[in-house]
Parts: sequence; structure tokens; C-alpha cells
Amino acid sequence: MAKIDVAIIGPGNIGSDLMYKVMRSSCLNMKLMTGIVLSEGIKRAAKMGIETSINGIEAVLAQDDIRIVFDATGAKAHLEHAPLLQKAGKIAIDMTPAAVGPYVVPCVNLDALSQEMNFNMVTCGGQATVPIAYAVNRVADSSYTEIVSCISSKSAGPGTRANIDEFTETTAKALETVAGADRGKAVIILNPANPPLLMTNTIYSIVKNPDQERINRSVREMVEEVQKYVPGYRLRTPPIFDGNKVTVIVEVEGAGDFLPKYSGNLDIINAAAVRVAEKLAVERLMKEKGSDAMSAEKEKG
Amino acid sequence: MKRRIKLVDVTLRDGSHAVGHSFTKEQVMRIAGELDRSGVEIIEVTHGDGLGGSSVNYGFSAVSDMDLIEAAAGVIREAKLGALLLPGIGTIRDLEEAYERGVRVLRVATHVTEADVGIQHIQAAKRKGMCAVGFLMMIHMARPEKILEQARIFADAGADYINLADSAGHLVPDEVRERVLILTEHLNIPVGFHAHNNLGLAVANSIAAIEEGAVYIDGSLGGLGAGAGNTQIEVLQAVIQRYGWESGADLGCLLEAEKEVVPVMQRPQVIDPDSLMLGYSGVYSSFLLHAKRASQKFDVDTKDILVELGKRGMVGGQEDMIVDVAYELSKRKGARRSI
Repeated sequence: MAKIDVAIIGPGNIGSDLMYKVMRSSCLNMKLMTGIVLSEGIKRAAKMGIETSINGIEAVLAQDDIRIVFDATGAKAHLEHAPLLQKAGKIAIDMTPAAVGPYVVPCVNLDALSQEMNFNMVTCGGQATVPIAYAVNRVADSSYTEIVSCISSKSAGPGTRANIDEFTETTAKALETVAGADRGKAVIILNPANPPLLMTNTIYSIVKNPDQERINRSVREMVEEVQKYVPGYRLRTPPIFDGNKVTVIVEVEGAGDFLPKYSGNLDIINAAAVRVAEKLAVERLMKEKGSDAMSAEKEKG
Repeated sequence: MKRRIKLVDVTLRDGSHAVGHSFTKEQVMRIAGELDRSGVEIIEVTHGDGLGGSSVNYGFSAVSDMDLIEAAAGVIREAKLGALLLPGIGTIRDLEEAYERGVRVLRVATHVTEADVGIQHIQAAKRKGMCAVGFLMMIHMARPEKILEQARIFADAGADYINLADSAGHLVPDEVRERVLILTEHLNIPVGFHAHNNLGLAVANSIAAIEEGAVYIDGSLGGLGAGAGNTQIEVLQAVIQRYGWESGADLGCLLEAEKEVVPVMQRPQVIDPDSLMLGYSGVYSSFLLHAKRASQKFDVDTKDILVELGKRGMVGGQEDMIVDVAYELSKRKGARRSI
């Protein structure tokens, strides 16, 4: 199958793990890794035979064939990158909190964003909890959804630590705008236990229609959907009912591509990003390629 | 040596756990007013889990933090009004609103190994001109050297003092001493201490902290607080006077204030077997009432839930894992039955 060329800007932990995931993809071609200094991440990519550059976004803009760009830099940098990528007709998948484009959680709202050129990946907690929050809301109508994400201290990088409010505020917003709860709230806890604990996420929903059977089925189906792109996503505690309150707990074990398995939080946001890229590659870009080829055929004829 | 101690009252914050976050404006006004007259340094008023703590996970507040803070601000003349904030639960937006409503002391509480998540909140409080406090929880889970390293993160961010919290009420006096001493020896800002009475050592541990140089000591009227409660502030005041130290507080006034707390108590503030197990196993004190509720729902023993939470290394804020543990224990029990 033909592959779509992609680039990653920002060869840190997230960028490097993304690279491994893209390299495994059947429809994405890991074309370029760029940074702004000759970092470990750049050297690692070069060693793996990937084209690299330290000219940041410029190197990406110089290549017309690159159609999808993962931006794993920071919010400030992405605000600069976004208009440039847009102008160059490249799809941006934004791993930062910049939120230039709409939030996307692939199993929930990707299909509804068919014309977008810039996708924001919310937060790790958002990727882990919005699917369940949505699954409950779609059958039970949630007036309030609250999530608690617990990640191991070791997997919380300096960016998360310095901006912990961004996590709670962004995730809460996604519970409302993507999952559909009337009101959302998010809490994040860092746990330093050693060996590190897997990421756990508790999703509480206060619902208008506590139909247990429908909620159970909806949640089960959603877990299977997420497992299609995050194999380590598991239902830890199936829906527990207490009047109009529904409690679900999921855990995320990372794939261990580049980051350790306990970093399920980083794994799920990356896996979701690659899922977005793959769906766009197959459903949007390949079709464009196909229709170009067809119109070329016609001209010939 | 004549010691000068500053009392920090947490009746209307840690005590919030013990009353299921049910404080009303009238209760807050009565208790805060009496406390103000009694000469305590700081009166802390917030949901037990800090600003933004009102939630399914920690329990909803009957009256919002901001309304209670405003009510307290209206009656406080001498003391400073404080609030607690746990990064990951409350945000800078919350602390700014609390400031607008009258809070002047912000205590930023993180797990003992995670101080860096609170740097931005300390800085935000300082920008507002507030007194900012770095508050390290569950200090039994770290060695003194680690605690010093984490306290320095808060100090470098601009904290005005460092508060050490034995959130599980697990420490014995010598363990308190080594943890306080390393800070008073190496930091040039004051140190405070917050006890829980799960092993009956709250007053003794507070005295040990004072002897190692701690200045700010947390306590609550009648000991009202999570688990077996906090250091009973009127008892602490009496003991401080017996030692010949000074706190600026008046024992008689504290005893009057304590009378206002009696009607709000939902259960006797004693060391029952479950709160003893909190202290013994080193489990976060506010897990107690949540564990009791889960014990009923899943028909498993509260003690077993608490011990398992301790084994798993759960930290403050992980109340959601109480249901996880209770569910798992009930499954195991069910499996045994079906065999």
C-alpha cells in the first residue's frame, strides 16, 4: 500500500515514541524528524535511518510530499507553526496544549471533523477518559462528569508539572465539548510508588437515565473501540451504579515502544495521534491521491 | 528558651472532612469569629481537599468554598484568613478568586515527593502579595533528606514557610524530630507541622516539632479533622502554657470556641479501630469516611480496604481507588464463597 509522508517536529520523549509508532504504521511513512539542536532524539532518529534536520519547521515546509505533521514541541512554538503549516496545506496534529484546532478523541469525534487541518490531542487524561464519558453520556445523558487520572510520578515530565492547571482545565473542557457532559471536572494525581503504577482513570458520571444494561453495553463497546489503537487500554472496574451515579475505572498500560510500559499516559496520547493520522491518510489523503490519478487518466484519455 | 509559637487553626478546613463538607455560612461565622477572638495566627477555611475539592470524588460542599471564605472574612479582625490548594485539584484561577474574597495565606499542598507541581501556585500567590506556604503531605513516606530537597523547591519558588504534614498520623515523635530538624537546620524560612491523631500522638508530635524549632503548628477545635482528627488546639495551647512557651492565644477563649464545634460534630472525634488502622498502616486520613461508605456498599471490612490502600502506596487525593479496592475485595470474597 502507498504511504503518506509524515514529519515530527520535536524529538523529545513524545516525539521519539511517536516515531516508533509511525514506523510500525501500514499507511504512514516516517519521513522526517526535526528539532532545533543536535539532541539525543535527533541522533536516535538518524541512527534508525530516518532523515533528520535541526532547522525545525523550515525543514518540514521545504518538503511538499509531507502531508501530516506531528507537532511535539510546546504550546508557544505551535502557535507559530500552525499558520505556516496551514498555509502549506499540511495537516497538523498538535500534541501541545496550544489548542489552535478542535480537540480530537479519535473514537469519539474524528469523523465529525472531516474538513479540519489542525487537530489538538487534548491531554493524556482526556484521551483515556473522554471515550468512557462519551459512552455513558450517549445512552444515559450526563449532567455532570468528573474524572480522576492518576499517573506515575516518573511519567510526568517537566511540562506537565510546570503547567498542571492546564491539564485539569483542558480535560474538563473536553469532557463538556467532546464527551457531551453538561458540566465537566478533572483531577490529576501523581503517585511516586516504586515500581511505578500503571495509569488509572476514574470516570464518574451523574446521569439522567441510569439504564444499567445500556450503560454497560455502551461502555464495553467503547473499550473495544479504544483497544483498536491502544492495546493496553483495559476496563479495570466495570460500571458501578449508585442511584444516578455511574463509576467506571480504566487503566492504561503503555505499548513500551520507546517509553516504559508504565507510561500509559504518554502512550495513549501518542497512539491516539497516530490513529488520527492513519485515518486521515486512508480516508482523506489517499482518496485525493486516487482522484488525482483518475483525473490524470481522464486527461490522457 | 522562650519559644514563640504561631497557631494555625484548621477546624474549618481539615474539620470539613469530619462533617462531610457540610459547613454552613452561619457555622463558619460563629467558629471563625470565636477563633479570631482567641488569638490564633491563621484561620484556614476551605473544603477538606482544598479549593476546588467539592466533587464526587471527595464529596460535594454544602456551601461553596468562596461563600464560606467570604463569610469568614466578614468576621475576622485580627487573624489571617487562609486557604488550602492541592495542585491537580485546585487551580490558579481558584486561588485568585479566593484572594478576591479575602484569603491572605495560601497553603499549597503536594505529596511529599512532588513539590514542583506547586511552584506556579506559590508564585501566583506571591504575585498577589499573599503569604505563600509550601505544604508537604504524607511526610512519613519520605526520608528527611528527600523532604529537605522538596522543601527547597518550595523555598526557591518563594514560599514564606514550609509546613510538614503527617497526613496519615503514622509518625512517632522521633520520626517527627528528624524531619523537622533537618529543615530548621538548613532552611532560612520558618517550619510548621500538621499532625493527625490516629495513633494518639498528635499533641506529643506537635511538641516534638516545636522542640526542633517548628514555629507554625496546626490544630483544630475539639481535634475536628480527618481520621482520628488533628492536634486538639485547646489541649495544645494548655500544654504550650505548661511548658512556659507563648503562642499569643488564650486558652479560655479557645475553650469557648470549642463549644461552637460540638453541635456540628457528626461523630465523636475519637480513635476508633479504623482510624487506628489508618495511622498504623500509613494511610491518608481523609480516606476514612470514604472507606466506611465503600465497606457498606461492597460488604467488605473497612480495615481490609485501608490496609490494602496502604499496601498499594496510594497517596492523598486517590479517594477513587477506595472503590477500586473495595470492588476487588468483594470479588475475591465472592470467588471464595462460590468455591
